[in-house]
Amino acid sequence: MAYEKFTTLISTGVPLKSENVDTDQIIPARFLKAVERKGFGDNLFRDWRYDREGLPKAEFVLNDARYSGKILVAGKNFGSGSSREHAAWALYDYGFRVVVSSFFADIFRNNALNNGLLPVVVPPLFLGKIFAAIGHDAATLFRVDLPQQLFTIVGSGESVPFEINMYKKECLMKGLDDIDYLLSMKGEIREFEKRGQ
Amino acid sequence: MGKTLFDKIWDSHVVRSVEGGPDVLYIDRHLIHEVTSPVAFLNLERRGLQVFRPGQTVATPDHNVPTEGQDLPIGEELSRHQVEMLSRNCEKHGIPLYGLNHPWHGIVHVIGPELGITQPGMTIVCGDSHTSTHGAFGAVAFGIGTSEVEMVLASQCILQPKPRRMRITIDGRLGPGVTAKDIALYIISKISTSGGTGHFIEYAGSAIRALTMEGRMTLCNLSIESGARGGMIAPDETTFAYIRGREFAPQGDAWEKALAYWKTLKSDEDAVFDSEYRFLAEDIEPMITYGTNPGMGITVSGHVPLLEEVAVAERDNFLKSLEYMGFRPGEPVAGKKVDYVFVGSCTNGRIEDLRAFAALVKGKVKASGVTVWIVPGSKQVEKAAREEGLAQMLEAAGFVLRQPGCSACLAMNDDKIPEGKYAVSTSNRNFEGRQGPGARTLLASPLTAAAAAIMGVITDPRILMEGS
Repeated sequence: MAYEKFTTLISTGVPLKSENVDTDQIIPARFLKAVERKGFGDNLFRDWRYDREGLPKAEFVLNDARYSGKILVAGKNFGSGSSREHAAWALYDYGFRVVVSSFFADIFRNNALNNGLLPVVVPPLFLGKIFAAIGHDAATLFRVDLPQQLFTIVGSGESVPFEINMYKKECLMKGLDDIDYLLSMKGEIREFEKRGQ
Repeated sequence: MGKTLFDKIWDSHVVRSVEGGPDVLYIDRHLIHEVTSPVAFLNLERRGLQVFRPGQTVATPDHNVPTEGQDLPIGEELSRHQVEMLSRNCEKHGIPLYGLNHPWHGIVHVIGPELGITQPGMTIVCGDSHTSTHGAFGAVAFGIGTSEVEMVLASQCILQPKPRRMRITIDGRLGPGVTAKDIALYIISKISTSGGTGHFIEYAGSAIRALTMEGRMTLCNLSIESGARGGMIAPDETTFAYIRGREFAPQGDAWEKALAYWKTLKSDEDAVFDSEYRFLAEDIEPMITYGTNPGMGITVSGHVPLLEEVAVAERDNFLKSLEYMGFRPGEPVAGKKVDYVFVGSCTNGRIEDLRAFAALVKGKVKASGVTVWIVPGSKQVEKAAREEGLAQMLEAAGFVLRQPGCSACLAMNDDKIPEGKYAVSTSNRNFEGRQGPGARTLLASPLTAAAAAIMGVITDPRILMEGS
């Protein structure tokens, strides 16, 4: 319902080397006022992308024409801070389907998984290799194979396995929603409530 | 092997454990506010669903509301729209709503406990990170995203992997002028903003037992800032005395029954935690943050770390932080000019916080170069402040009590700290731009905030306390 099925993605990567990027940077609080899930991509990293006059800041990676793609490569502890799910929506709405890092904050990881955005955790050294590959050639392609749980640097063929909860993996591959799953359990939930009395 | 308190509550709420996946956890209380609920309701309606258990849901608008002139229509269009949507959604689905000007209105994590809605042994969620506050009552309480809000509205359940268990024990006695806020900042400075990731924390020890319920709420509130899913404290006589007689607390036979159950809520002697930390209360002094995450804290009388004192991997971040804050490595923070002081938020916006602030400023006058916003956490806190004469005491010293709301904690409303200005804030986050673009936040306790408000510079509150 909420997102497209995810099996295998081949794309270039956008390098965001900063570490500890918190959700206030991913989507500042003043943009949480929306009552619909539209336009969040426009405000992704707003204060890093644009200056006070609304002009693009040349030095920020999203404004750098060399880099594009559906994979965001991020420094460790990406998504720390507020539980705002808007952060995951903003990334998905902008066009990312994968964020790869060496460490994700819990709430952000959950929010990403619930919204068709795949968080891939790779060892710190491998993350370094990914950044280096992009630095060497911005057109470097990466393959994210969800069924095999493998992240590969296409040019060199180097790959690492990544972990993902079996349930979330199945949901992502089927474009399935947690709510459909819970709704199918209504009877069992009512039984649980009765037992609790 | 024994179970921890967290295990006992979590396990007893599992409806089903998904094979190779999360647990389906039943939620006793769902708290909602105007920012993270609109899209959830919209999606619910698109599926043609009703809220499953409106009677277990409570709503209040807090993030976006102005803290002045609440009897007038909200000026800011988007804020007004979100608050109106909350009202409409609650009316449509039969959810109790304590809106602006309702005697029970306030910040969601302040009103839950005040009204006796928060009780030991419950699972409580809300689309807000600081839901961990309710853990102070021995509840499993945590923040959730909007999709999860939708799940709970639809089924009163949530899909969640069970976190690991951490215990932080603090024994001893806090010195004068040292508060629960300082304990929290001390812990995060020791274990870092990712030290608690993947865990649920239980706070234990004699210094924790000695805290009032409001102190316990402050401590549990900040659990999320160490990366933990939530934090909790086993209920005891202090807890029961707080809850007794409150609006939605059990009464009569139901009270006796509840009490009997609550008394069983503690970790077994032989329970094993996945992670443990121990600290001594005597080692804790008034704290203040100097950087751009809550873990970057030092004693008020201390100095910003030297570069050599910072782990190599953290140095880039450290220097970037200092540049934003306008500080230099190794320099003391005491004596630095303060432009704003904000007292409020779900962390420190309760009556004891206002009392502490008022006690320190009594008989003194606000420093001339400082703007001070005192925002009570709820209408009941505001009322108590007036009845106790605190409002008058504060006005005499040049301060004004505003109206309840999240206010400058995240500055979604007009209470924004201007660019480059220093704000000593009793809230919970000091990220870049959190309190306004370019704002420089210094997190601290209400006592440290009071000292700053009087002196106009960062000051150790113990210097201004009677008898010291």
